[in-house]
Amino acid sequence: MNWQLLPQFAITGILNGGPVALIALGIVLIFKSSEIFNFAHGQMLLIGTMSTWWFAAEEGMGLPLWLAVICAMGVSVLLGLLIERVTLRPMTGQPLLSIILMTLALGQVLQGLTILTFGTTQRNFPVFFSITDPYKLSLPFQYNGNPIVVILRQNLVWTFVIAIICVVVLWLFFQFTHTGLSMRATAEDHETAQSVGIRINRVFGISWAIAGLIATIGGILIATASGLDLSLSIVALIAFPAVLLGGLESIPGAVIGGLLIGLVQGLVALPTNDFFLGPAVAQAIRNSTEIVPYIILLIVLVIRPDGLFGQKRIERI
Amino acid sequence: MSVLRKRWQYVVLFVGLAALFLLPAYSSESTVSFVNRVLIAIVAVQGLNILTGYTGQISLGQAAFMTVGGYASTLLVTQLGWNFFFALPVAALSAGVVGLIFGLPSLRVKGFYLVMATLSAQFIIPWITRNIYGDILHGAQGLNVPVPIIKLPVINNLCFFGTQFDGELGACVYRFATSDQFIHISLVVVILSTIVAHNISRSRLGRALVSIRDNDLAAELLGIDPFAYKLKAFFIAAVFAGAAGAMLAHNLRHINSVTVNLTDSILFMGMLVVGGLGTSLGPIFGATLVILLEEIATVMSPWVISVLPDNAAGATAALRPLIFGLALIVFLIFEPRGLAHRWKLTKAAWRMRPFSR
Repeated sequence: MNWQLLPQFAITGILNGGPVALIALGIVLIFKSSEIFNFAHGQMLLIGTMSTWWFAAEEGMGLPLWLAVICAMGVSVLLGLLIERVTLRPMTGQPLLSIILMTLALGQVLQGLTILTFGTTQRNFPVFFSITDPYKLSLPFQYNGNPIVVILRQNLVWTFVIAIICVVVLWLFFQFTHTGLSMRATAEDHETAQSVGIRINRVFGISWAIAGLIATIGGILIATASGLDLSLSIVALIAFPAVLLGGLESIPGAVIGGLLIGLVQGLVALPTNDFFLGPAVAQAIRNSTEIVPYIILLIVLVIRPDGLFGQKRIERI
Repeated sequence: MSVLRKRWQYVVLFVGLAALFLLPAYSSESTVSFVNRVLIAIVAVQGLNILTGYTGQISLGQAAFMTVGGYASTLLVTQLGWNFFFALPVAALSAGVVGLIFGLPSLRVKGFYLVMATLSAQFIIPWITRNIYGDILHGAQGLNVPVPIIKLPVINNLCFFGTQFDGELGACVYRFATSDQFIHISLVVVILSTIVAHNISRSRLGRALVSIRDNDLAAELLGIDPFAYKLKAFFIAAVFAGAAGAMLAHNLRHINSVTVNLTDSILFMGMLVVGGLGTSLGPIFGATLVILLEEIATVMSPWVISVLPDNAAGATAALRPLIFGLALIVFLIFEPRGLAHRWKLTKAAWRMRPFSR
């Protein structure tokens, strides 16, 4: 173990988990209200981020950055509403397989539309935060007489902060607004919610719109850190293990799941040469950041399928 | 119920098969390679049909198991010097074993959760081919795959059955180098796999699988062990995928971690739904239609380039998912039982003529 670098990698990992938590939150939101697991989330995120780029870039509209972000949010809200109305409302009451395939098909359509409108080239996403001037954080520990200092890039820290602010705002929205209350009621039971006068179709629409909105924010946060191209939709797939780790129905679970996934990815990347199975295995483990979420996913599914905070499902005969 | 009832049905079947076997003789190379792609996809989708159509377990890992099959067959041929025709079934079985491993979560989970478990296969298996045993698997670069050959002994200095003398091997050799020759292998495998899949569906195993799909609790009460049967379904699906992967690798003559990828897994699920879940004809209809749509996308791309000239590079890459996704959405909303159901209705109408509308 490389104790000197451990805090560095752990903290970087958790910070990287911030946007993942945000994306996971969008998936949980849709699942809670309408019991649809959205496999097109990565593509929704991609479209939102690409349109941010287009609104901001010289080749596109050339708007100021804040206006571009707001316009892109508008686009993603409209997209969410459109998706719910056109493709998923006809599927109400259909078997699970059809709904899963519908979101997969939707993902393909959105992927095609994105390539058609924005092309396949990698884009220079506007950088929001200074790259050159990282924060230095001194920890009150020492290792081999050296003080442990964690160096954090500015964008990483602010990305995390923005993601957490979004999560808090959403939580307040659910807890203290009328719409949030009706969304929670719909998540509890569709028929009961309808019987107290909640229009659940409207709730479905709103939850898709909010999911599109926060997917766009997550996408922008990831793109400022690592650039923008079509692989962003694959990056978003890391949110699926986060969702299942936290528990499908749990909003705090999604956040903690996202942060945990980030933490594990950070720890796996920790350079070690004295791993007990030899340097080749150590190298392979260091390369495994892209699959370690899925290995966690498999372990969670076998040991505790409900996740850390999910509802226990009891099957009655 | 027997599959073929009347004499003319046998005649149509054998004439159709003969037409397919003789396809290279009378059609262009691109047609043959198109039919070949359809045939390989049919094998993979037949396997997925056992798992998803009959057992109701949704899987997005079919392409990963194809990768396993392709790599296994390639390694058996290049490292151990096996003949392709022995390597193919062994590769299929090895893919089946890997399928069993990723089927294990089905002990506890179903629905979305199982999709996620099979999706993880789709990430973990290509990662393994890229990062582990780099000296054998050559990392992301992948492997070159040799041409499948049949060796026959030389009799009286003559070679028979269209084989040619190869001085290096000292034998008469028939090489399945291009799609023109390879299509015969794919046809035989497709016929075998369709017969096997159809007969599984009407055996004790198939009925057990259907009962798990329809109501797993009731199936358990009837003495069917759902977990054992689900694992069997996973194994069979992965065996079919492995055979398809081995054929694909030897047809393309190269395999790496992205030869078949997540998009292909989604395509296979789409083919199954478009064709019709839980029918033996469904995979055939679905694979044909979806790959036909891909060809249409390729044909349409010059037109799209003329409309949107600044996006020439991505036209085909954009049209394929777009057309496929739209077709799948249309089928899910308007004909969720697929083309096979439509075919059944047409057949019934034909039988009832002139009283059908």
